[in-house]
Amino acid sequence: MHTIVCLKVVPKSEEVTIDDETKTLDRSKARSEINPPDMNAVEMALKLKERNGGTVSLLAMGPPLFEPYLRLGLAMGADQAFLMSDRAFGGADTLATSYVLAEGIKAIGSFDLVLCGDESSDGATGQVPPGIAEWLGLPQATDVRRVDVSDGSLSARRELGAGSEVVEADLPCVVSVKHDVNEPRFLDSGRWDWAMNEAPVQIWSATDLEIDVEKAGVPGSPTVVAGVSVAEGADRRREFLSGSPEEIATQLADKIRAWVKP
Amino acid sequence: MNASPYSPEEASGVWVYLEHRDGKLEGVSLELLGRSRELAQETGESLTALLLGEQVEPLAEEAIAAGADRVLVAEHALLGQYTTEPFTKVITGLIVEQRPNILLLGATTNGRDLAGRLAVRLRTGLTADCTDLSIGPKSGLLLGEVTGFGHGILATIECPVHRPQMATVRPGVFPRPVADPTHSGKVERVDVILSASDQPVRVVKQTSRRAADVTQAERLVIGGRGMEGDFALLRRLAKAVHADVGATRVAVDQGWVREDRMIGQTGSVTRPKLAIICGASGAMQFTVGVKDSETIIAINSDPEAPIFEVADYCVAEDAFQVIPPLIEALRREPVEEKS
Repeated sequence: MHTIVCLKVVPKSEEVTIDDETKTLDRSKARSEINPPDMNAVEMALKLKERNGGTVSLLAMGPPLFEPYLRLGLAMGADQAFLMSDRAFGGADTLATSYVLAEGIKAIGSFDLVLCGDESSDGATGQVPPGIAEWLGLPQATDVRRVDVSDGSLSARRELGAGSEVVEADLPCVVSVKHDVNEPRFLDSGRWDWAMNEAPVQIWSATDLEIDVEKAGVPGSPTVVAGVSVAEGADRRREFLSGSPEEIATQLADKIRAWVKP
Repeated sequence: MNASPYSPEEASGVWVYLEHRDGKLEGVSLELLGRSRELAQETGESLTALLLGEQVEPLAEEAIAAGADRVLVAEHALLGQYTTEPFTKVITGLIVEQRPNILLLGATTNGRDLAGRLAVRLRTGLTADCTDLSIGPKSGLLLGEVTGFGHGILATIECPVHRPQMATVRPGVFPRPVADPTHSGKVERVDVILSASDQPVRVVKQTSRRAADVTQAERLVIGGRGMEGDFALLRRLAKAVHADVGATRVAVDQGWVREDRMIGQTGSVTRPKLAIICGASGAMQFTVGVKDSETIIAINSDPEAPIFEVADYCVAEDAFQVIPPLIEALRREPVEEKS
């Protein structure tokens, strides 16, 4: 069984700051990490490998500096990694991103399952996994908590707002994995040297894969940012209550009664 | 470039995809119809609702009362439960044939599943999880407002040359329209051709529960990371003030609270009269879901927490120290339940 996990490297959201003067995002001080739900997808793939045998491949799109993050995934237990890296891929929206990733998946070769995190912590739209499935012409199961694979078919439990459902499909298919559905394993120290130094990480440019650059990056993205603004703060009182916890509690109780009374 | 199936000049009409459950339209669908009614008036177009399912035609009336000029009803046994491909196929067929200008969907689990698939099949742009929609005053384009990477930045996204212009919107962003039984509209049944091969994914088991609807709550007690898994205290506080319980994304991801109570960019947008927010730092992805509350009380042990910037009353104390005496004080002189 061959599982391909799509990863995104994102700035740690709690470390992104805002430049007070320009009111733009300052990601320069933020460290990066593998998008947290993508880590759950890696863990799910490794668990499937333990149960069913096979290979786990990692695929990411981004600048060459993403390579070390793929190596972390190799140290966790993945077998091979691929990075699609080309300036022509930059500035992509979900249509262009899912196109490039789908081309990468095709180039890796035959596979049974594609796993993605359900959404990225920076974009948070969850639209790339169904996009990949459509470019590949494969069935999809999104917002999945648990998967089982047997005899060439997939059983997946989807989490819905009001309940859950179990779906079945023939492999290959594309699955998006919900955040925190498992505990991603630590790096395997026995794999460290291999993962950091020996394991090949294949880097692909647009030319390498004969990717139509008109469908990638900015030219391939139908949506554009028309404007950016700072959220207007509502006119709030911002009044700090002081005293002991009991005194504060009494003040709060009086205020709450005032609002809640009919 | 990726070319969509028709050009802006050929496109006309605002379309809303309706979700329904247990014989009723979902709240987010009604909210979309209400706002789309206004958008359609601005662009001078008609408002069409898409109703897919099995024996769903009775719901068309509700959609018309909520503002639809026309309801396209597609009924088929393979549409009885949502699965991606049959819904994508039927809607794609209607879009390519009738060429709407705008297509809006609720940003629910299945709404996002469908929108992401449709946008790629149609090779068009999708602005996901919008917190507002408007029409560009000069361009006439659909403008979707999304919260950028937290921290107070809002981005406006548009789709200049691809059609339909697609967007998904979180539940609760727009108010529910008051039903107008005098509003008239057409119901058009469409032919549906689907076979078993159109359904590669089969639902074999479904477990449903009554979902909490925090979007309509008058009062909310909301907990975040600082509650460290203990929501029992917040539930007691909620009971004392006759409030619903909500949670930040972290609290839901940790499994402390169910997802239907999640508030913010990846959850519901709420506008209660009173929100008591405990142990939440105040990331923009969360505050976008409470910013329209009438009054906000925030309790957080960190006096520098950004949540205090959006609060009316700020308590820089450990929630676990303040809430027990607060419940006690409310018990001594109970809050009257609103009639």
